[in-house]
Amino acid sequence: MNEYEPILLRNVGKPNVRQLDAYRATGGYEGAVRALAHTPDEVIDVVKRANLRGRGGAGFPAGVKWSFLPKERDITYLCVNADESEPPTFSNRVLMEEDPHQLLEGILIAGYATQATVAYLYMRAEFAEQFHIMQKALDEAYHAGYFGKNILNSGYDLECYIHRGAGAYVCGEETGLIESLEGKRGWPRIKPPFPAIQGAFGKPTVVNNVETLANLPHIIQRGADWFMGIGPEGSSGPKLFCISGAVNKPGCYEWSMDITVRDLIEDDRFGGGMRDGLKVKAVMPGGISMGILTADELDMKMDFSDPANYGLLGLGTSSAIVIDEHTDIRKVLRNVARFYAHESCGQCTQCREGTSWMYKIANRVERGLGRAEDIELLGQIPSKMGMMPGLSICGLSDGATFAIRTIVEKFRSELEGYVGSVDDEVVRIALEIAN
Amino acid sequence: MAWKTVDRVSQPASDSPGLSEPLKDKIRGFFDRYPTKRAALIPALHMIQDDHGYIGWRAMDEVAELLEITASDVFDTVSFYSHFWTHPRGKKVVMVCRSISCDLLGADDVLSECKRVMGIDEHETSADGSYSLMTEECLATCDHGPCMVVNEKLHKCVSPSQVEKILNDADNDVLDVPRSDLYDGAERNQG
Ligand SMILES: Cc1cc2nc3c(=O)[nH]c(=O)nc-3n(C[C@H](O)[C@H](O)[C@H](O)COP(=O)(O)O)c2cc1C
Ligand code: SF4
Ligand code: FES
Repeated sequence: MNEYEPILLRNVGKPNVRQLDAYRATGGYEGAVRALAHTPDEVIDVVKRANLRGRGGAGFPAGVKWSFLPKERDITYLCVNADESEPPTFSNRVLMEEDPHQLLEGILIAGYATQATVAYLYMRAEFAEQFHIMQKALDEAYHAGYFGKNILNSGYDLECYIHRGAGAYVCGEETGLIESLEGKRGWPRIKPPFPAIQGAFGKPTVVNNVETLANLPHIIQRGADWFMGIGPEGSSGPKLFCISGAVNKPGCYEWSMDITVRDLIEDDRFGGGMRDGLKVKAVMPGGISMGILTADELDMKMDFSDPANYGLLGLGTSSAIVIDEHTDIRKVLRNVARFYAHESCGQCTQCREGTSWMYKIANRVERGLGRAEDIELLGQIPSKMGMMPGLSICGLSDGATFAIRTIVEKFRSELEGYVGSVDDEVVRIALEIAN
Repeated sequence: MAWKTVDRVSQPASDSPGLSEPLKDKIRGFFDRYPTKRAALIPALHMIQDDHGYIGWRAMDEVAELLEITASDVFDTVSFYSHFWTHPRGKKVVMVCRSISCDLLGADDVLSECKRVMGIDEHETSADGSYSLMTEECLATCDHGPCMVVNEKLHKCVSPSQVEKILNDADNDVLDVPRSDLYDGAERNQG
């Protein structure tokens, strides 16, 4: 593995870096100053050339997304997605806790590039300390003239507000976020129209993830070529990787996207190997919604293209949960199924019913009450829901689909060993009592 | 999201507190952030809950009036989010993370120990009103699982043997960083 110098986490551990002065001493806000000296289109162009792909899960190029905004517009909103609720992801938390001004500088640059009038930083409710840290940094940045009217004498105005959510995974979906911002239930909207055309309050809107925006000061400072030079083609730039579960050093690490899942688990610079010498049984490497890998698939690269070769939905949040050899796969299946059943917003029938149905099945399989046909059924339900077959409004159901389907496909024989041993009549009675 | 049902028998509207003038002012302070008044609803609900401990029927009616929307618009929103309570809760709300990383690290045992120490089950409030117990999905601190939250304060790497000590600590909900009072209810700092 090559050497790597941290960019996004470069300030971690430096004294007082949450304070503006300390941040500025590391070259902070120089990217914003430089951006404001160019035209918005020039800034968009650099970000496009750098091919900065969204870090929120879908990997859509930020510069391209910005250029979908209509040419003629009076009001534009920038929504910063800090809803971070995909288990087991925590990189946005680290960015906000450790270097709040880096994010604010990114917001200013994105705001300027898109000519946003207001930026809303949508933060999940559970981010309490992070809220107080960000709000304090924002107050300081306002005071120093990085937000508000006529920023640094450029003639550009940008207001920035932190908007706290209230506990719902689906509000991380960009149109769910917009609905929630408007004071409504976080029900995702049918697209089109896409937010760039008709988003928050009916106006053109850009939604970007925290980590995406944290890259901007560095791209502006060091240029698109520098950014392109980090990591493999199509997956350029610094990336945060989270790892949790049965490893020695769970945490959030930064590297280029040319590491494998095995590196992330075993290398001393990351996970540091398995706890207590345990063996890997499975890994969900992109957040649970991307699907699962077996111990034989650890050579998968943590970039935007390789996950598809392993039947996964994508790189997702590049956050891995490592599952050890002693863990019952039924526990994983049930936990994951419960998550989606709980978080489905209920608008689309097949997502609402399908996720609950899968949870019920996973539950009875875990309790030893599974019927032989249950595994087959679990494999089939996912094919009947999701945006991919065009059946639902948002991607939550695709996440559920990939998580459950890959577990069932890749651990089928283990699951089959647990079902069918109980007499159907006993199952029927047990279910009757349970319901 | 489970649907919450309206219970007008045990919680008649007349029994629940309305909005004080300082609280209304605090909510009005959010109006110029958004192009619609309705968008101030979620901040308003946070502030109401911060003052009252929950969001009662009278508060819903009055915030509807303040934001020029209907009471059913307000309930529509309140009922969607797991952080909003429509009935009184314990002084401190304990939430144990149950998502995958914490689960595999023993969140079940932490939850059981919470139940034992508090003497209540999930979704219940202790008889003396000191604690309510809940479970939550991933708190975005999976590297430090199992995690639990007391009000806003996150407790990391919690083992069952630490639960009793955490719960008995009067300062178990005090944050490690200085607070911004932006989202605090108007009465919070008065005592
Ligand atoms: C169910 C669901 C939950 C999501 N949660 C988040 C989230 O917590 N944070 C986030 O940045 N993106 C989340 N996304 C992706 C957003 O819809 C959107 O693609 C992203 O914020 C765009 O930012 P980016 O282009 O900078 O990545 C979620 C998507 C879905 C379908
Ligand atoms: S797919 Fe599921 S979560 Fe998304 S809008 Fe439909 S019901 Fe809601
Ligand atoms: S799984 Fe518990 S904090 Fe993420």
